[in-house]
Amino acid sequence: MKLRTLILGLCSASALAFAAHAESITIATVNNGDMVRMQKLTDDFTKANPDIQLNWVTLEENVLRERVTTDIATKGGQYDVMTIGTYEVPIWAKQSWLLPLDKLGDDYDAKDIIPAIAGGLSVDGKLYAAPFYGESSFVMYRKDLMEKAGLKMPDAPTWDFIKQAADKMTDRANGVNGVCLRGKAGWGENMAFLTAMSNSFGARWFDENWKPQFDQPEWKKTLQFYVDLMKADGPEGASSNGFNENLALFQQGKCGMWIDATVAASFVSDPKNSTVADKVGYALAPDNGLGKRGNWLWAWSLAIPAGTQKADAAEKFVSWATSKHYAELVASKEGWANVPPGTRSSLYANAEYQKAAPFAKMTLDSINAADPTHPTVKPVPYVGVQFVAIPEFQGLGTTVGQLFSAALAGQSSVDDALKQAQDAATAAMTEGGYIK
Amino acid sequence: MARSVTTQHKTIATIAAWIVALLIFFPILYTIITSFKSEQEAIQGFNLIPSGTFESYSEVQAQSGYFKFFLNSVLLSVGSTILALLVAIPAAWSMAFSPTKRTKDILMWMLSTKMMPAVAVLFPIYLIFRDAGLLDSRMGLMVMLMLINLPIVVWMLYTYFREIPGEILEAARMDGASLWNEIIYVLTPMAVPGIASTMLLNIILAWNEAFWTIRLTTTDAAPLTAFISSFSSPQGLFWAKLSAASTLAIAPILIMGWFSQKQLVRGLTFGAVK
Repeated sequence: MKLRTLILGLCSASALAFAAHAESITIATVNNGDMVRMQKLTDDFTKANPDIQLNWVTLEENVLRERVTTDIATKGGQYDVMTIGTYEVPIWAKQSWLLPLDKLGDDYDAKDIIPAIAGGLSVDGKLYAAPFYGESSFVMYRKDLMEKAGLKMPDAPTWDFIKQAADKMTDRANGVNGVCLRGKAGWGENMAFLTAMSNSFGARWFDENWKPQFDQPEWKKTLQFYVDLMKADGPEGASSNGFNENLALFQQGKCGMWIDATVAASFVSDPKNSTVADKVGYALAPDNGLGKRGNWLWAWSLAIPAGTQKADAAEKFVSWATSKHYAELVASKEGWANVPPGTRSSLYANAEYQKAAPFAKMTLDSINAADPTHPTVKPVPYVGVQFVAIPEFQGLGTTVGQLFSAALAGQSSVDDALKQAQDAATAAMTEGGYIK
Repeated sequence: MARSVTTQHKTIATIAAWIVALLIFFPILYTIITSFKSEQEAIQGFNLIPSGTFESYSEVQAQSGYFKFFLNSVLLSVGSTILALLVAIPAAWSMAFSPTKRTKDILMWMLSTKMMPAVAVLFPIYLIFRDAGLLDSRMGLMVMLMLINLPIVVWMLYTYFREIPGEILEAARMDGASLWNEIIYVLTPMAVPGIASTMLLNIILAWNEAFWTIRLTTTDAAPLTAFISSFSSPQGLFWAKLSAASTLAIAPILIMGWFSQKQLVRGLTFGAVK
């Protein structure tokens, strides 16, 4: 008995001593399906790295952005790994707020990261965040309704075709709207869609000298087309609809077409939650023949703040979560369709993935069709497809989003909304010192 | 005739009260109903009859353990309330029984701090917390919550104390009671209903505080407000899970409010907002 007690005591003491040596890292993240899955699978990481403990902080996207920004700007040191997007990475890297990821390991194969995605997360050729999942946007459409309308969706449709198809598919008596698009105000909501759409109409936020361009005919064409299309064929109350609201409508069979994030494909094709899972087709985002399509590029990525004291442990975790090994781990536990999409070329070459995810090829083509360094038809001084990678954009983008959302709701005219957007952008650019 | 009119009025007033109460309670009721739906049901529009699944509750518990957040909420709300009472009772006593010509101004100034948007002082507070090593600490947050609610606590206690005749305290002084004896043995027992209702209200306010509790915590001190926030998702369906998390977060305070409603109503009508 005494010996047993002694052994138990020794075990406890060594466990305590071990716990005291274990390094804990804090990871800030958002509540997305892929992120939640990662939290469930971390045993694989802690088994291989018993000296590293993981603490998770999951927050709503806007709160996360605000908290992470506060922490990094004040060097609060609360987080060792942060989930940030393509918008933040170039801005923060230039401020030296992020550590370059140059110790991801010999077997990491950074060259396998899809070039368009890696480009958005690099500054001066150095990778500052590792993509956890990437997305572009494309058209998701109901094959049955398209057939009923007597049309065939091309792989690369034009906006005129989308309008024609939406008019024919709209059947309000049966609750079917020809097209569902984002209308909820926010730089990451309606302005992500409208900025990407405006690229295909030849519009741009600023000219080469940072002069706002909302007074140009290209923006008028974009916004007028969007408002007219949504009034004729969009759902009621569209100015309140963001990604989740449109997802719910599409899954319930209330949308003929939905142009949104490629990551939505796995939701709408999931028979557990979608009533139209077997009737969905995919096509590239529309264009107007000007050489740019209306699709965006985004990657939720893992980055390490410069203020962390645990850079090595943090980099080990980032390497694990964005590795080929992690993709294989998800596939073995939950199937290939659940592997985080849009980050590695090798995933799209995998026959099993192609079989499990019918939207794989179109997702890759959409990502490859976006170029964050040359996003528009005319030249621009900024980086970013559906955003402008400058610190002022969050506030300005949301202000303009509110104006355009009001135009969609019929509270103001397209001309008024554009005039106010031009004034707001001019004021913000002047205040920021971009123009005099 | 007069009696029947009175009865009729009473019935109408009762029905009106029930309608208003239901209207106020309906969002909470619908949150509870939604928590017993599947995600698919939750997005299918307005429906008052759930399928009765506990799926969301088990997913919420599996995804982020409830009890750690619950324990932090209890510690923060009770701890900050005790701290607030320790500071507010002497402050309210001095203002109620030894007022000066500036007392009213001081009371107004204290209340005016509640009129400033919290976000205006986010950065200074964050930097102070960082430099003092108080980020993500229960003690730091307890002090913060105490400071936020202190003006209300002082105001409520001040109005309760004003109801107590000063002669009783004078009598105690005549009998040789010291200042502290006067506060502890004479004033406090007489003001128990007021102190109890102030305490209950402060616990509710601290429990529901979401701005600072989300922004000054990460893992160790995060209370139930952070727990709810973690179930909001930019991409994906989450209404049922968010409702389950909200129900779990409000349940303890709702139950406490239910059992202490008599004291709460009595305290509120006795003093500050009568």
